[in-house]
Amino acid sequence: MSDTTLWLTILGAGLCTWLLRLSFIELWQWMRVPPLLHRALRYVPPAVLAALVVPALARSGGSIDLSPDNLRLVAGIVAAVVAWFSRSVLLTLAAGMGMLWLLQTVT
Amino acid sequence: MSSRREQFGAGVAAVAPMLPGVAPFGVIAGLTAVGTGLSAAQAMAMSLVIFAGASQLATLQLVADGAMPAIILLTVFTINLRFSMYSASLAPHFQHLGRRWRLPLAYVLVDQNYALGIHHYRQGKPGAAEFGHWFFLGAGITLWLTWQAATAVGVFMGASVPRDWSLDFAIPLVFMVLLVPTLQDRPHIAAAVTGSVVATLAADMPLHLGIVTGALCGIAAGVWFEYRAEAS
Repeated sequence: MSDTTLWLTILGAGLCTWLLRLSFIELWQWMRVPPLLHRALRYVPPAVLAALVVPALARSGGSIDLSPDNLRLVAGIVAAVVAWFSRSVLLTLAAGMGMLWLLQTVT
Repeated sequence: MSSRREQFGAGVAAVAPMLPGVAPFGVIAGLTAVGTGLSAAQAMAMSLVIFAGASQLATLQLVADGAMPAIILLTVFTINLRFSMYSASLAPHFQHLGRRWRLPLAYVLVDQNYALGIHHYRQGKPGAAEFGHWFFLGAGITLWLTWQAATAVGVFMGASVPRDWSLDFAIPLVFMVLLVPTLQDRPHIAAAVTGSVVATLAADMPLHLGIVTGALCGIAAGVWFEYRAEAS
């Protein structure tokens, strides 16, 4: 890819991302949001966040791997327990990264 | 006036514990960009212009694979579709603001300050309805500064960090802590379980459509569980 094309791609990606962020904040006053959509939006955070987290843990090397050989899954489960009880980013990061490094060292 | 400063300060304080999860991600975005062959200016421009980690990393992967710009833009659009959902969710709280506020607020909208901001508004904290955008801005600017600084560190460290540090694993860990407080009742849990199962099964879909597909199925499951609970 040429230098100019790369610059244009970066700028295009930025514009696209900003317009997605701006979309409904700007459109809100022109369109009435149906009650069903309003209701659905309440489930955006758990659905999106879970869809970002779980594939990152449950998949390894391009396929689903639920065995203990999947170190990220094991470390992720430990981190999930810590996250559930502590709700602390620092403790969860320490538990998850620490566990992964430990497992990578011993296996 | 003090209410605005309090809101801004509360936003900064709320997001501070998340920064150790954001910073490694930003470092990786910088490192990977330079590793892919981008100049330091292009690597920094990605974080300045796009300011969305997952889509930045996907862009780099596609550039490395020699994908067409149109495919890269479609991928970015797909991965960042969730921002339009965040946008709709926050929109009612931003309607008393002018464009001068709305345009820059949209620019700093990311996963972390969305989750914190919407929680802040829904709790109905004193001053939130009127000045909650200062809370959102405080969290957003802090995240933005951290992201740019972390990217710069990654760019200037070059490729000297060993790959087996697995710093990218910090990303799901941060999302995990954001996920926990959203699991407040059965419909929300159903949304999360459905979203994770579908996204995991659909991860082979082209153009990273797996995350969006999982999210939409999860939302549908949440609504369905809510209707079912009302009907019974």
